[in-house]
Amino acid sequence: MITFEGVTKRYPGGAVALDDVSLDCPTGEITVFVGTSGGGKTTALRAVNRMVEPTSGRVLIDGRDVREQRPAELRRGIGYVIQHAGLFPHRTIEDNIATVPYLLRWNKKKARARALELMERVGLDHSMAKRYPFQLSGGQQQRVGVARALAADPPIMLMDEPFSAVDPVVRAELQDEFLRLQDELHKTIVFVTHDIDEAIKLGDTIAVFRTGGKVAQVDTPENLLAHPADDFVAGFIGQNRGIRTLSFAGTGELRLSDDAVRPVTADAADLTGLDWILVVDEDRRPLGWTRPAQIGGSLSEAPLAPVGPTFRVGSDSVRVALDAAVLSPSGLAVGVDDAGAVVGTAAGSDLLAVPTHGNGAGGTGHGAGSDG
Amino acid sequence: MDIDWAWIADHRDSLTEHALVHLRLALLPVLFGLLIALPLGVLCRRWGWLYPPALTIANILYAVPSLALFMIFIQYTGLTASTVMIPLTLYSLSVLIPNVVDGLASVSEPVRQAATAMGFGTLRRLMQVELPIAVPVVIAGTRVAAVSSISLVAVGQLIGQGGLGYDIIRGYQLQFQTQIVAATVLIVLLALVTDAILVTVQRLLTPWARARGGAS
Amino acid sequence: MNELWNQIELSWTWLTASSQWHGPDGIPHRLLQHVWYSGVSLLCAAVIGLALGLLAGHTGRGGFLAITLANVARAIPTFGLVLFVVVIDYSITPVLVALVALAVPPILVNTFEGVRGVDPDAKDAARGVGMTGWGVLWHAELPMALPLILLGLRTSAIQVVATATIAAYPGFGGLGRYIIDGLARGDYQLVVGGTVLVVALALIVQLIFAGLRRLVVSPGLLGSARPS
Repeated sequence: MITFEGVTKRYPGGAVALDDVSLDCPTGEITVFVGTSGGGKTTALRAVNRMVEPTSGRVLIDGRDVREQRPAELRRGIGYVIQHAGLFPHRTIEDNIATVPYLLRWNKKKARARALELMERVGLDHSMAKRYPFQLSGGQQQRVGVARALAADPPIMLMDEPFSAVDPVVRAELQDEFLRLQDELHKTIVFVTHDIDEAIKLGDTIAVFRTGGKVAQVDTPENLLAHPADDFVAGFIGQNRGIRTLSFAGTGELRLSDDAVRPVTADAADLTGLDWILVVDEDRRPLGWTRPAQIGGSLSEAPLAPVGPTFRVGSDSVRVALDAAVLSPSGLAVGVDDAGAVVGTAAGSDLLAVPTHGNGAGGTGHGAGSDG
Repeated sequence: MDIDWAWIADHRDSLTEHALVHLRLALLPVLFGLLIALPLGVLCRRWGWLYPPALTIANILYAVPSLALFMIFIQYTGLTASTVMIPLTLYSLSVLIPNVVDGLASVSEPVRQAATAMGFGTLRRLMQVELPIAVPVVIAGTRVAAVSSISLVAVGQLIGQGGLGYDIIRGYQLQFQTQIVAATVLIVLLALVTDAILVTVQRLLTPWARARGGAS
Repeated sequence: MNELWNQIELSWTWLTASSQWHGPDGIPHRLLQHVWYSGVSLLCAAVIGLALGLLAGHTGRGGFLAITLANVARAIPTFGLVLFVVVIDYSITPVLVALVALAVPPILVNTFEGVRGVDPDAKDAARGVGMTGWGVLWHAELPMALPLILLGLRTSAIQVVATATIAAYPGFGGLGRYIIDGLARGDYQLVVGGTVLVVALALIVQLIFAGLRRLVVSPGLLGSARPS
């Protein structure tokens, strides 16, 4: 556990970057520092590996003051990922990843083997091992950055806006893989971001920093959305926090309708009274939407509109289901099971009627709501 | 223009000898300059206040005519090779110090921070991260210094130490074009070959650098 | 060190002697010659260097050629060139040609690098608001490359001022006269005096360029130029 005890950082000019910050970052969990720029979240992060020395107060790792260790040694035991990866341009990818192992005097063979192993872990092809950073895309560089931070298997990782310099699609991919990695590795992670959506998606705990370096609220994402401590937090979370709350409602207890689902072999005769039909194959995998009026003879010849996005019953949140409903040509969200077979459909209005507190599996798949 | 090819063939040996002396007079100063500029550049980068005065001194040195500088040193080192090489070292410094500082400045802030955060000490960061990344810029400066040095050595002949400069002055005194042309062309060739070697060295040392064209 | 101070004092006496400030061998006349040679050479070099540099930088073509050309020009020993051409044609023109060859590379290289280094987004924006090729060059690339271009001009100017001393060797005067004469006669204070004048001239050039930079470079760009 990382503990901040009354940490204050005042710069010589009088500017206060951190004002009496006290909070805990539990072991094996992701704690997100979120806030406006100038809120001190990065300063707080850097106090952990002594890139910033507090004016007063102290930072403890598992009860031990970080100042007891020499900075260089302390830092070799803490992974650090920053916005623009900060890869060494003059070293190959594998040597970049093996940086800390080299510093710790591992032998070269072992360090390189570890680098290859990590490349696999973060989804990089082995063929990139001998390339140089400039030959990689932004998203790939960021993966290398994460792999480099993990190289010596540090129990703690500090991540300073690691995904904000890449485009939204890549960012979502990196976030998902990051959560998958964390499920395997259970690192103690401090993650800084200015993006509240990212904070809600990734955080087990969220600390909201406000201007002047004060912590406005430390809470679980659900509680933060449901009960913002003050106007600043409410304002920071934004207008659509109602919709965001749906991220924490599971789809496991939704009642899905089978009325509109028809196998492709079905007779076209008994379709009256339905606006839209979801045509499925023999394994109940969705093929597309069609309207009874468009059907001449059998369903197999009917013109089909694309299914659109679907949601996984149980593991996806109601927010994902709502998205699927809005984007579906029929206005109905298609729920599928893990094999991709259709469980049933739900209308947008049904989804909004779902109670959103204290139930269901977490929408983010890493156990944020599993204690509810 | 009449070139007396037979004269060139007859004087191959002396021309070669002068060319070798020329190279030594020109390149040793660049080497010394590099050895001095690296630590000085590092210091200037570390203590920012040191850089403006260092740059001013470099700029003034650059403005002193080479011939004058040679003559000033006659007072101390006589008509020896040092009298040519010390001023050339100073010229190299005035090109190389800004280049070393620029090269170190070309290390991006995220890279510097990442190195610190991973537990590099100051010295290790300098040796393993900052200096290697500065190599392309430093070599670009070394190219300019080396080429200028090679073409400047000729002036040293006015105090009796000029390598191929001997043939230029001799040719002028005898109004013998061939000797001047041969020496001048040889100097250009020496400079270009040296430049090509430095470019190759840079390519080999920094396979990671994007093709960037030449730097000034 | 003491000896050095002694010499400087002697040179100071020489510099301030009233006899030095009159006549064809006086400082004003020599200074004028020196400034004249330097100015003409720099002007020619600026026309050549700027034209080629802007062309290569703007079109993005011929960059390698321009840089190579500049490097070859840098490799030519000014001394050899001066004496060689003087042997063929005894006039001041060869000296000027040699000085131009010396001054073109820094201008050319810096202009090219300056224009090429202009933020592509800014160039795009210029094209986006409807500027033609000339418009982009004139309103975007040139102003943004100006700090580097001025730096190149300054480097060349200082080199030319320092090297124009060579004109005295084949007998064309200028401030180099004192240095060459001093060498011939073993008159040390003459050498130092001449040198001080050349360095002072170079410093004035440097000041002029500092003023020019403040005058013509947009304040939004100051501080971004790096010495080359």
